[in-house]
Amino acid sequence: MTTDGPAGPPKTADEGAADAPAVEKKPAPQQPAQEDSFLSHFLHNLWAANTVTVTVLSIVLAMLIGAILIIVSDPDVLSTFGYFTARPADALNASWTVVSNAYADLFKGAILDPATITAAADGTGTWRQVFFPISETLTYAAPLVFTGLSVALAFRGGLFNIGGQGQAVVGTITAAAAGFLLPLPPVVHLIAALLAGLLGGALWGFVPGILKARTGAHEVIVTIMLNYTANLFLGWLILQKGVQQPGRSDAISKTVDGSAQLPSFGGELRANLGIVLAVLATAGVAWLLNRAAFGFELRAVGANPAAARTAGISVAKTYTLLMVTAGALAGLGGATQVLGTAHALTPQVAGNIGFDGLLVALLGRNKPWGTLLAAILFGALRAGGNRMQSFSGISLELVTVLQALIVIFIAAPALVKAIFHLRAARSARLGASMAKGW
Amino acid sequence: MSTATAEKLTGAAAPARFWDRQRRLGVGVLAIGLVAAVLFGVLAPSQDARFTLSEDAEGAALTINGQLGAILFGVLALAAGAVLFAGLARRFQTGVLSLGILAFVLSFLCWQVAGKFLPLVDTASGTLELAVPLILGALAGVLGERSGVVNVAIEGQFLMGAFGAALVGTMATSVWAGVLSAAVGGVLIAGILAVLAIRYLVDQVVVGIVLNLLALGVTGFLYERLMQPDAPAYNQPPKMPEWRIPGLADIPVVGPVLFDTNALVWLALLLVVGIHFGLTRTRWGLRTRAVGEHPTAADTVGVRVRGLRYLNVLAGGVIAGAGGAYFTLVATGSFNKNMTSGAGFIALAALIFGRWTPFGALGAALFFGFAQKLATYLSAVGSPVPSQFLNMLPYLATIVAVAGLVGRVRAPAADGQPYIKS
Repeated sequence: MTTDGPAGPPKTADEGAADAPAVEKKPAPQQPAQEDSFLSHFLHNLWAANTVTVTVLSIVLAMLIGAILIIVSDPDVLSTFGYFTARPADALNASWTVVSNAYADLFKGAILDPATITAAADGTGTWRQVFFPISETLTYAAPLVFTGLSVALAFRGGLFNIGGQGQAVVGTITAAAAGFLLPLPPVVHLIAALLAGLLGGALWGFVPGILKARTGAHEVIVTIMLNYTANLFLGWLILQKGVQQPGRSDAISKTVDGSAQLPSFGGELRANLGIVLAVLATAGVAWLLNRAAFGFELRAVGANPAAARTAGISVAKTYTLLMVTAGALAGLGGATQVLGTAHALTPQVAGNIGFDGLLVALLGRNKPWGTLLAAILFGALRAGGNRMQSFSGISLELVTVLQALIVIFIAAPALVKAIFHLRAARSARLGASMAKGW
Repeated sequence: MSTATAEKLTGAAAPARFWDRQRRLGVGVLAIGLVAAVLFGVLAPSQDARFTLSEDAEGAALTINGQLGAILFGVLALAAGAVLFAGLARRFQTGVLSLGILAFVLSFLCWQVAGKFLPLVDTASGTLELAVPLILGALAGVLGERSGVVNVAIEGQFLMGAFGAALVGTMATSVWAGVLSAAVGGVLIAGILAVLAIRYLVDQVVVGIVLNLLALGVTGFLYERLMQPDAPAYNQPPKMPEWRIPGLADIPVVGPVLFDTNALVWLALLLVVGIHFGLTRTRWGLRTRAVGEHPTAADTVGVRVRGLRYLNVLAGGVIAGAGGAYFTLVATGSFNKNMTSGAGFIALAALIFGRWTPFGALGAALFFGFAQKLATYLSAVGSPVPSQFLNMLPYLATIVAVAGLVGRVRAPAADGQPYIKS
């Protein structure tokens, strides 16, 4: 979010999610408030409905609701509520134990487990184990950055790309196919496979783009339909001769050649080159949006298509090119997934990265660096969820619930504002992200 | 943004020209007719194709030589295409188009069934069974979208409905308690959608997509915590009984399909008629359509825009929830994680393909149900046509429809736009 500032497109011209500047940047543009100390200003804004406060409170709210779900779904804890009036401490203690254990595991699995540090320090463990949670977080975050950027970029151009899932699936197909079909030397092979994923996604993004430009078909409908088409195509393709893993009867493809896999730290540390590429892609999208001519055009079209047309921008061309770019990004996300961690096609190879990308973009307020941070948060939730599942026995699905709830609150800042009685932020526009139908 | 403005912006204005809709349709039908007559005709073996009037190979049957049938129906499709292209049937355009597509499907069937048999009763009842949740889901969409609230959360409503039906149905050992709680599950999702979309003005497509994920997460979470460890206590709902209407059920083909079945099938069909009647003939329907097309005008004459939208979206939640009950109480008999697997989006496709009307949705749902049933039949008899491609049909057909390649579909004008009273 910070790098968005200096390039400086006028904030008010931006269409899309509320463009509240972060708290820390507040004092700068407000000259009259100079006599206030920074601290009082900070405290004043802390409880206002600005982006950071709303985001933090959304996460808190989501985790509260998640805690209720954990308690309600635990028969042992629930039974202590049966005699709540007689011994309330029992119920409260049991609830606190189950919830705090779950969330502690979430943290340990996502960021750091203090036990591994002591183990590494006294020689019973390795330092690799200390970095394992971070590695997992970054591994899960990498594809989400790409799909998130895909959705965010399309948003800025006024298009709602729900097709990230389908584009990512096609990206996995083409990247994996290039990975096990082309006999190429190490570095070239990886680049070729990544490019193949990019092109596959671009192709799948081209279809809704050209249909939108030529016929006005709404991209939401077309991309939803293309998602399932891509999934069915993948399901068919895996079972074909030459693609299916020889000697297997279930749906799994050949393994991607070692020369086309994204290099990782090896061993249990699965974090790979994908996250580096993701950061580069974020910088690239930020540059595209703020510095490139095409970025200006797409923002103009997103803000007001009629005005952009009058100003001489070809709306049709922008829509097509924008969807191709968005598709390419999502395709790269799929490629990262299959070349970085999965290494072979399965019907679920792309998981839910396309739809999660949508949530990530919304959480990141459709800004490149915001999307990167949101993707890392989602990756952390996912990595922590794995540990929570195996240690506390809390289903991984809780993470899906948390993610969805966070984004619901983010999308309805007015709701959060009402719940917490927040002051209206001076420059924040609360309200619909981009309310328009088909 | 409505499709009309997008068209204007992208400069696709259409003056009267040679390639009008009729001619383009004609060319399309001619092309599929050619494929049918030549490709299917060549590929079809010259053996008898039997269409039996029962649930298996027994009993009376309609029989035709596969190759002859494929060519014959292909030629019929060609003829329909030629009539359309020549502009001879301006008044019966829909009829001739349907005839062309039907002939194409029959030609395809003759090719596939040649040397085998296709039980018509089984196919028809299977089609209807697959279509019932689609009909209910699409009707929920009709209610919401005709009043201006986009509902892409049908999938989530299905899941919550299916889950609620399994959970409460098992705990109360009653099918009807299951159906009731399925409706409650659907209303829960619809309620969140309504509040966020109408009260908090959040983008409706965004809310819908996020609600789908929320429903997926909540049902998956509770499934793993409650149902998986103790299925007999939480996940063995009684199945919905099949009722047979004496007399009517003895009519060949139609009887067993329509009159020896469960209550949800009848509910779906009755709702199609009811909602069609309601939308076109009642005060509620007129107001709903007004609110969906021009809320400001409706408000000016005293219609409570937001109230009506709440009512319709919640009613849609009841219907979609009941559709979800179909998955657990009729189709499989237990809940499973993500068991609807995209059916909600096929229902959405049926809604759009059916042009936001109840009978259109019914037709589209039946068509999609038939495609799915045919896909399972073909993979069962080992056809060279992959079932996945038939399963793609609903999605591809919808893309063709919204792109206006075969007559454009148009959404209600205010669909998806929150109403802010000024």
